[in-house]
Amino acid sequence: MATTGVPVGGPAIKVQRHAKDEILRIERLPHIWCPGCGIGIVLEAYTRALAKSGIPQDKHAVVSGIGCTGRFSGYLDLDSYHTTHGRPIAFATGIAVVKPDLEVTVIAGDGDLSTIGGNHLIHAARRNVDLNVIMVNNFNYGMTGGQHGATTPTGARTRTSPYGNVEAPFNVPYLVAAAGASFVARWTALHVTQVYKAIRRMMEVEGFTFLEVISPCPPTFGQLNGYPDALDEMKYFREKSVVDHNADLREIAISMHPDDSLVVGNFVDRRRPSYQELLSELKVKAAGGAGK
Amino acid sequence: MTVSNAPGTLAPGTYFMMGNFACVEAALIAGCRFYAGYPITPSSEIFERACTRFPQLGGYAVEMEDELGSMAALVGASYAGSKVMTATSGPGFSLMMENIGLAFILETPSVIVNVQRGGPSTGIPTLVGQGDMMQSRWGSHGDLETIAYCPSSVQEFFGLTIQAFNTAERFRTPVFVMADQVVGMMSERLRVPPLEEVEIVERQVADPDRSAALHALPFDYSKDFLPMQITGTGCRVNIESLTHDLKGYPSTDYSISKKMLDHLLGKIRNHTSEIWKWEETFLDDAEVAVVAYGSTARSALSAVKKARSMGIKAGLLRLITVWPFPYEVIENVSRKVNALVVPEVNYGQVVHPVRESAKCPVSSVNCAPGTLVDPRSIVDALELAT
Repeated sequence: MATTGVPVGGPAIKVQRHAKDEILRIERLPHIWCPGCGIGIVLEAYTRALAKSGIPQDKHAVVSGIGCTGRFSGYLDLDSYHTTHGRPIAFATGIAVVKPDLEVTVIAGDGDLSTIGGNHLIHAARRNVDLNVIMVNNFNYGMTGGQHGATTPTGARTRTSPYGNVEAPFNVPYLVAAAGASFVARWTALHVTQVYKAIRRMMEVEGFTFLEVISPCPPTFGQLNGYPDALDEMKYFREKSVVDHNADLREIAISMHPDDSLVVGNFVDRRRPSYQELLSELKVKAAGGAGK
Repeated sequence: MTVSNAPGTLAPGTYFMMGNFACVEAALIAGCRFYAGYPITPSSEIFERACTRFPQLGGYAVEMEDELGSMAALVGASYAGSKVMTATSGPGFSLMMENIGLAFILETPSVIVNVQRGGPSTGIPTLVGQGDMMQSRWGSHGDLETIAYCPSSVQEFFGLTIQAFNTAERFRTPVFVMADQVVGMMSERLRVPPLEEVEIVERQVADPDRSAALHALPFDYSKDFLPMQITGTGCRVNIESLTHDLKGYPSTDYSISKKMLDHLLGKIRNHTSEIWKWEETFLDDAEVAVVAYGSTARSALSAVKKARSMGIKAGLLRLITVWPFPYEVIENVSRKVNALVVPEVNYGQVVHPVRESAKCPVSSVNCAPGTLVDPRSIVDALELAT
């Protein structure tokens, strides 16, 4: 038995010790995420994958950007880094190059990774840096109150697109696959087991691996776009998700229209040398006196 | 001695070398093994040479997609245990400001070399400027205390690069080497001393500690200099860019905000005398003095000699450390002379803290970027000041 560590009025609440207590900073719970948010589901899947990875806990590092998903790293009892908005991939590249033996995972939101940090995302994929990147996509900036970003579907209403979003969104799996990632997947917060399995696979694959997890955001995007309750969006995921591992990535853009399907799956799983492997070869070459 | 590309640090001896190359060789001697950069004139020779030299010594030189990424990668690589550096010039320096703030709040040893060129904006990429001096003090948002050294020669660019690593590691903070296009691109005699004569400061590294409730407090503010938790060594500390408490957890509490900033600023402010470096020439009997830094100090020395030949008792105070500002040094000199003259290749930047600290009148000699300060204009100012 252990306490949650959370001060409450009256006697301390006793809870059964959870299997994830070794991986979470339980003294920091409860977390800040809203009821119905999918980030906690990803956190659970990540801790499960980490525990099963066979890689010692001290050899995992987690790096987050800024925003709701940016808080992910702070709840994990790992070497955890809460960095600047959009830069976690660049930060993690520094760690992963110097310490290629570590299993480095970047977890951030769609705004952080694909909008302000979009450049780092495509270039890390192009270099095939051995990193796991998990992007929780809720189609808007949740923490700042629900503004549109690079994944907001055309026509969707947000606080900065009150007449409907005029921009076209990124189809991020297509983008990252085109840039050269070794593994690319998309699941939703409903696909708990698939998310877990994808993360496990990411921890096995050498090279840049990417997982997009579609998440409800009930108070902002959900409320303004016909999914006011978390279950509304989960219901949409259940009814409209189509599993297609061999999907044509050009065709998997997301509209969030109640009639349109949402294609999910493990789309790419391929092998090419990681950045770290190539840098290691380069050092051998340089030590031998090659180079100008 | 000619420069060879043989693996290993540069052999002791005397060389004729470009400032930008000397900077790379110094970094390697200081133990730097990670470079992240983005090409930019007039600093690119540093990056190019780093790409040849770093891998030879088992290090890494990575080309990032921009300077935002370069600076972010430096912070990550430093946490992973490497001594780290980048080099840039004005436009890239602007982009680095975001993650220089990150390096500061995360107490990350890192060396940022700025080979200053003409500004603002794209300015004059190929010619000298000193317009980033205030940016190196106030460029990143929030309250920072920064450390900046200004070399005036190739030899000093070499020495101050090693010094910058030592200071960065000791103080756990980003350190700037504010060079300029003249110092970076000219070739001069460089003496590389035997390695045993070079002082190298190594980082204090934390041991994993599981004795506390969850972990030992990573941020013990009773000490100015704290050991660093290196990634992958079992410390499992939350490294937090938000204002954080002693466990590294985010907080909006005023007392925590104050405690954290008192520590971050105090560790530098309490040790300024360790950081301040300056050089005095002809100051013993001086009635008027020039305060100069970087390549401008070369014009200033020439002007002081000329003024002396004209019967003006002029001296030179050359600032080697510009930030934290050596206000006591200025104050002491200003009590001995009747006036100070501050020449800069900008429209007046370092002259402001000089004026703030001086007990005598201060005048400034400025020129637009694109040329060195003409010694004659300094002589004119010295004549006016006497």
